[in-house]
Amino acid sequence: MPRARVLIRPKEGILDPQGKAVERALPALGFEGVEHVRVGRVVELEIDEPGRLGELCEKLLANPLIEDYEIEQLDGAA
Amino acid sequence: MRWGVLQFPGSCDERDALAACGRTGAEARLIWHEERDLDGIDAVVVPGGFSYGDYLRAGAIARFSPAMEAVGEFAAAGGPVLGICNGFQVLCEAGLLPGALLLNESMRFSCRQVDLIAGDGERLSIPAKHGEGRYYAPDEVLDGLEANGQVAYRYAPGQNPNGSARDIAGVRNEAGNVVGLMPHPEHAVDPLTGSTDGLRVFEAAAAAGAA
Repeated sequence: MPRARVLIRPKEGILDPQGKAVERALPALGFEGVEHVRVGRVVELEIDEPGRLGELCEKLLANPLIEDYEIEQLDGAA
Repeated sequence: MRWGVLQFPGSCDERDALAACGRTGAEARLIWHEERDLDGIDAVVVPGGFSYGDYLRAGAIARFSPAMEAVGEFAAAGGPVLGICNGFQVLCEAGLLPGALLLNESMRFSCRQVDLIAGDGERLSIPAKHGEGRYYAPDEVLDGLEANGQVAYRYAPGQNPNGSARDIAGVRNEAGNVVGLMPHPEHAVDPLTGSTDGLRVFEAAAAAGAA
């Protein structure tokens, strides 16, 4: 079955407290010069009809009001 | 007057909501998430908790339940619906209310008594307890909500516990019959716990139906 990966991240301009917390923690570990950290999530799935991925993202995997998503088709599926 | 209080797997405030409805002098019964039958129900509460574990995003799964489909039809027909905390998140995810609830700015679960200012200026003391209660909508949507009188409740100045846009604690839909808020009016119905202001939220929601 075709495999896909969906990357979901907070929309630009929306405060991402998780990203901020990670950003603030990094200098304490000696990682200076890291900015604009955004934390999102990855959903991996197998799907019979990859053509429906967009609809599936809009309806459930992402909330388009607050999140952007990117679909990556794996296995070279069309 | 008869309230129906939804009950999802993971709901945890449905019994307090049931008791609160009773204290307004109304009857109330629980509606299991697989039920679709709202016959004889005059108003609906979508209660607080962690429906379906709140997996993916708070409220994202619950919106597809049979009971929520029925609530969508009920709301479209003008029936009064009150969403509390997780119920507010569910109503936003279902598109019955504008906006979304995001992780608190502090990233901490916040539990405290807050003062709310209702749309008519009345001040209410009600507990708020949530980790994802930061109300968000794009600026043009917020402007529209304010212009149309759809901001139902705001946190009193200095008491915003989560970083909500414009101190918004609760909103209503354009028709006015669907209202949601993050604080918990069902926990403020007995003088023993310090406030009975929550009853006003139930009464106002019941009165807002066009049905």
